[in-house]
Amino acid sequence: MSIIYLLIPIAIILAGVAMWGFLWSVNSGQLDDLESPAHSILFEDDDHLIPDDAKPRDDNETK
Amino acid sequence: MNASQDPLKHEQGCYHCGLDIPPGSQYITQIGGVDRQMCCPGCQAVAQVIADGGLENYYKHRTSEATSPEAISADDQLLAELSLYDHDSVQSSFVVQTDKLTRQATLVIEGITCAACVWLLEHHLGALDGVEKVSVNLTNHRARIDWQQSEIKLSEILLAIHSIGYQGHPYHPDKEEQLLERETKLAMRRLGIAGVFSMQIMMLAAALYTGAGASLEAQYETFIRWASLVLATPVVFYASRPFFEAALRDLKTRHLTMDVPVSIAIGGAYTASIWATLTNSGEVYFDSVSMFTFFLLIGRFLEMKARHRTGRAGNALLNLLPASAVRYDDGQETVVAANELQQGDRVLVKPGHTIPADGRIIKGSSSIDESALTGEYLPLTKGIEDSVVGGTINVENPIDIEVTQVGASSQLSSIVRLLERAHEEKPQVARLADKVSGYFVAAVLITAATVGLTWWQINPDHAFWITLSVLVVTCPCALSLATPTALTAATGTLRQNGLLITRGHVLESLAKATHIVFDKTGTLTEGNLSLQQIRTLSEITDIDSLKIAAALESHSEHPIAKAFHKDPRVQNTAAAETLTNHVGQGLEGIVNGQRYFIGKPGFASQHCGADLSFDDAPDRSGQWLLLASEDQPLAWFGLNDPPRKQAATMITSLQQMGLEVQMLTGDSSAAVEHIAGQLKINRVISGVSPEQKLQHIQKLQDEGAQLIMVGDGINDIPVLAGAQTSIAMGSATDLAKTNADAVLISGELMRLPQALQLARRTRSNIRQNLGWSIFYNLIALPLAATGMIAPWMAAIGMSVSSLVVVGNALRLTKLGKTNPVE
Repeated sequence: MSIIYLLIPIAIILAGVAMWGFLWSVNSGQLDDLESPAHSILFEDDDHLIPDDAKPRDDNETK
Repeated sequence: MNASQDPLKHEQGCYHCGLDIPPGSQYITQIGGVDRQMCCPGCQAVAQVIADGGLENYYKHRTSEATSPEAISADDQLLAELSLYDHDSVQSSFVVQTDKLTRQATLVIEGITCAACVWLLEHHLGALDGVEKVSVNLTNHRARIDWQQSEIKLSEILLAIHSIGYQGHPYHPDKEEQLLERETKLAMRRLGIAGVFSMQIMMLAAALYTGAGASLEAQYETFIRWASLVLATPVVFYASRPFFEAALRDLKTRHLTMDVPVSIAIGGAYTASIWATLTNSGEVYFDSVSMFTFFLLIGRFLEMKARHRTGRAGNALLNLLPASAVRYDDGQETVVAANELQQGDRVLVKPGHTIPADGRIIKGSSSIDESALTGEYLPLTKGIEDSVVGGTINVENPIDIEVTQVGASSQLSSIVRLLERAHEEKPQVARLADKVSGYFVAAVLITAATVGLTWWQINPDHAFWITLSVLVVTCPCALSLATPTALTAATGTLRQNGLLITRGHVLESLAKATHIVFDKTGTLTEGNLSLQQIRTLSEITDIDSLKIAAALESHSEHPIAKAFHKDPRVQNTAAAETLTNHVGQGLEGIVNGQRYFIGKPGFASQHCGADLSFDDAPDRSGQWLLLASEDQPLAWFGLNDPPRKQAATMITSLQQMGLEVQMLTGDSSAAVEHIAGQLKINRVISGVSPEQKLQHIQKLQDEGAQLIMVGDGINDIPVLAGAQTSIAMGSATDLAKTNADAVLISGELMRLPQALQLARRTRSNIRQNLGWSIFYNLIALPLAATGMIAPWMAAIGMSVSSLVVVGNALRLTKLGKTNPVE
């Protein structure tokens, strides 16, 4: 059981590292815009990478 | 919906902006190999640029339609204005030199509607030579652009933004905005710290709970307690600081809020836990402290987000004023930045341009479109010595003005001041809620103190934890969750359906509403004139008369003329020869060798001997123009601003719900009566100024009316701010949206009655929740006070009662069906 003398301080340090990472991302503006990055991954122009026969037909693409 | 009003309009909307395509329109762009119909040359041009740039994917990915672009192409004025931004002196306020060659600017982009816009802007701008990095923020509509000064000029970047249908303005953060940004970041940091550390503490607490008693040896227990103490300290001292600060402030002002018992519980439990850790006795409550803080912070954070959502007032107003002006310097015309204008300067305003400052006309006469300020959609005729207001638009002729007011003393600024005043007078509802919760808090504190003292007499050992149990059990958690969860659920539902709520009290006020007041132009109507009917007076056919009229109107930028430009039957009509513009009267010109007149009946008929006036018009609704030749009057043209499609249905259902519907408009023409008749609105107040509008609704509110105001224009802003609840249309100016409590993004009027019904359901849901949590408190309090509930049991009880409340609130995520339209 005495291992917890080591493990708990490690856990606290890890939590501290996580906290530092979080504070850094807040301060550097990474969290200013939570909406567009979620969409932007879908926007890339990778049409040419999809085989023609695997392409879905897009009838109402705006909806 | 009344199907007879628009028999042929059920086609698809414009591919770019989604507006109705005028029948027979010829604007087509090929996108992705398919011909797409556009509503206007502006949309066509923008779509063409997007297609040419290989960015058609924008149309695939977007989730809402683009805004209709204002200008068709870049004219000289725009180029001149944009080139102003190349001057170092102008750039100094918003551009940073990042290294020798690169510069960085932050711009505010108008017209962003969804994530695809961000993609489009980033790719279009990123493809320009010399642009190094572009990142566009969807939430606050700001773009940060890095470019090589030697390769590309800022004006070219701005032009590129313009060419795909957006407008870029330099971003000058005002103090308030910087403050908001700091507040958001601070709140995020607090939330993060509370979240991460309370999870760690919970983990340790699990060990303490499961190992309590025999299986956990005392030295480990002490160690875990110390570890919890280390982790809980930043949570208490950093994350829960706002509660302590607020509590201290409230105590100083002798005014009780939730923050007081919250601070006592957090502070007390933390101190007691430290004592327990140091002396190695009693219980520790680090887990309760940090989880409690975390949950409360989540609530506060969400509330703050909603409040900030539209906090971008500062820049919106400046956009109304033009960036440049043409000033006479010793007889020479020079283009200067509008904010450099001084009182007494002589300025040239060309037709179609915005007037840069308040002033009076010293040369020429023209008609001025003041719709932004007054809501009147027909321009007013103004001549020498008449005063003009900055931000309004010169429609017909070039005029010279002498600047009389600039900056803070201008009329536009005074509207903003009116608005600030209205804001201050607003929050009566909020105050009442504060008062009630103040009493509740006082009751909680007194109860806890009494219980504590009593137990001190009976058994001092138990006194502390029992008092804590009482505080936690009565911690108005379920009670304080009751309202916000129901409100959040309902707000989310409404947002998905196109009504964005920006202030907390809206749902409550919607449910209580007794009166609903609409602005006319742009709210109940579409906001622009269109040709409704033609009545010929001689053998001439409708289409021939229309062709002559269109030829006469082809060069004018007057809203009346635009109604003719839009009509698909007379697209590409050649202009009439020797056109003469009689300001405020009408036009005269030669078509096929014949001289014609069009305009006010008195003007048009004076040459043919038949003296006609407005009394001779076919009816009294709308705006009538007379076309006449030199021999005889030929035809009447009826122009109108048609009501929105769903307006009539919406008003009927609102009236069925028991609301009094009123119309409040700055317009004083006959069209007001006509629209009111069509929509069956009984109470109409027309021809009022923004001040009078504000007075009217304040009077109603003083008489006890619970009022909703729906509007869109700059002129509606004070009244929107002053109304108890205000809703702006999605097409409204940014400033109007910022000051409204809710924004009807989709422009679908039927959402209003639906929202009202949801608000009423929300109100009864809140009552159920409150009933439940009071019931729970009534049972739990005596148990806790008699020492039958340990703090951890109190915490579980509190959580369960909260879950019941949340579950009930989730029922509000479905929007009820009211009169499904089509």
